[in-house]
Amino acid sequence: MAIEVRIPTILRTYTDGAKAVEGSGDTLAALFTDLESRHAGIQARLVEEGQLRRFVNVYLNDEDVRFLDGITTKLTDGDSITILPAVAGGMA
Amino acid sequence: MRYDSPLAAVGNTPLVRLPRLSPSDDVRIWAKLEDRNPTGSIKDRPALHMIEQAEKDGRLTPGCTILEPTSGNTGISLAMAAKLKGYRIVCVMPENTSSERRELLAMWGAEIISSPAAGGSNTAVRVAKELSAEHPDWVMLYQYGNPDNAGAHYATTGPEILSDLPSITHFVAGLGTTGTLMGVGRYLREHKPDVKIVAAEPRYDDLVYGLRNLDEGFVPELYDEAVLTTRFSVGSQDAVTRTRELLQQEGIFAGVSTGAALHAAIGVARKAQAAGESADVAFVVADGGWKYLSTGIYTAPSTDAAVEALHGQLWA
Repeated sequence: MAIEVRIPTILRTYTDGAKAVEGSGDTLAALFTDLESRHAGIQARLVEEGQLRRFVNVYLNDEDVRFLDGITTKLTDGDSITILPAVAGGMA
Repeated sequence: MRYDSPLAAVGNTPLVRLPRLSPSDDVRIWAKLEDRNPTGSIKDRPALHMIEQAEKDGRLTPGCTILEPTSGNTGISLAMAAKLKGYRIVCVMPENTSSERRELLAMWGAEIISSPAAGGSNTAVRVAKELSAEHPDWVMLYQYGNPDNAGAHYATTGPEILSDLPSITHFVAGLGTTGTLMGVGRYLREHKPDVKIVAAEPRYDDLVYGLRNLDEGFVPELYDEAVLTTRFSVGSQDAVTRTRELLQQEGIFAGVSTGAALHAAIGVARKAQAAGESADVAFVVADGGWKYLSTGIYTAPSTDAAVEALHGQLWA
């Protein structure tokens, strides 16, 4: 099962500079574990004590997973995951 | 409508239906035209309210210097009010913001301190906090953490929308300080518990996120996840596409962040349509397109060319 994962610049040291990688898993947590098997160290930057780190935002097909089921959000083939640092944005 | 002064004319903006962009007669999209405020953006509401509350509390007194981290609009609103009220104002703004914003701030007499492009608004906030520590006599109203920011929307924007659209099912706005979504969201929830509050968060290109550190991220102090129903990340491509559609199909000339909010509004509207539900989706036109004219996105021959023109800029 292939899921595209877009990697922010700051984490590309774990992906040999790749902007996007493929992974698999039927939940977000499983996907991160799968990524860890090929990109050692990345999981700890994303997850802490079984939860998403505070300043990490993860989007499933552009929707924030914190409003879905967080780290246990179900994934299906063809989904797109985007990882981004939390920012101050908007028209402030 | 008649007002006693220009500053009193903040708010009471029109809510217009978008007949062409609405999916059907039963699923309607409505635009709240916040560009019709005195300085041309929704930020006149929180800026004025934060100043007035600070004056009431005695935090802001004649001769004071106001300090604020801003990507533009809040600074412009504060600078205008500061000019009329006789305060000095210093704005900290990322260097990769459009030249129009700098001109507008300068026009109102604001002093601008540029913060490095890397890190965007996060860095502007950090620099402003450092300056605040160095100048304890300066008054930082601090839009990201000032409850009067959300309070302005709770007191005015929310009631205006509910009064004009009692059948509202969804409210959609851009996510920056989170003040609009927190204030309007709380007000609407109190009166319509089932209303859906949807955030559209700008997703910039890599150049903007480049050096941002995952361990030193930033979540505005005002943000309360519980107020939102959901939150979408909207990239430059979709934001620019919708900004151009809004102009070409409905004749509304809006800034790029409005395109992001519209993209999320159309998304939830189509979802309601597919589920066979009727819906009234209100979204916020945060500002007009004037400040973004120099990017060339409105006249670019194609959306791709427009997106290219915007590369590396903080568009919201």
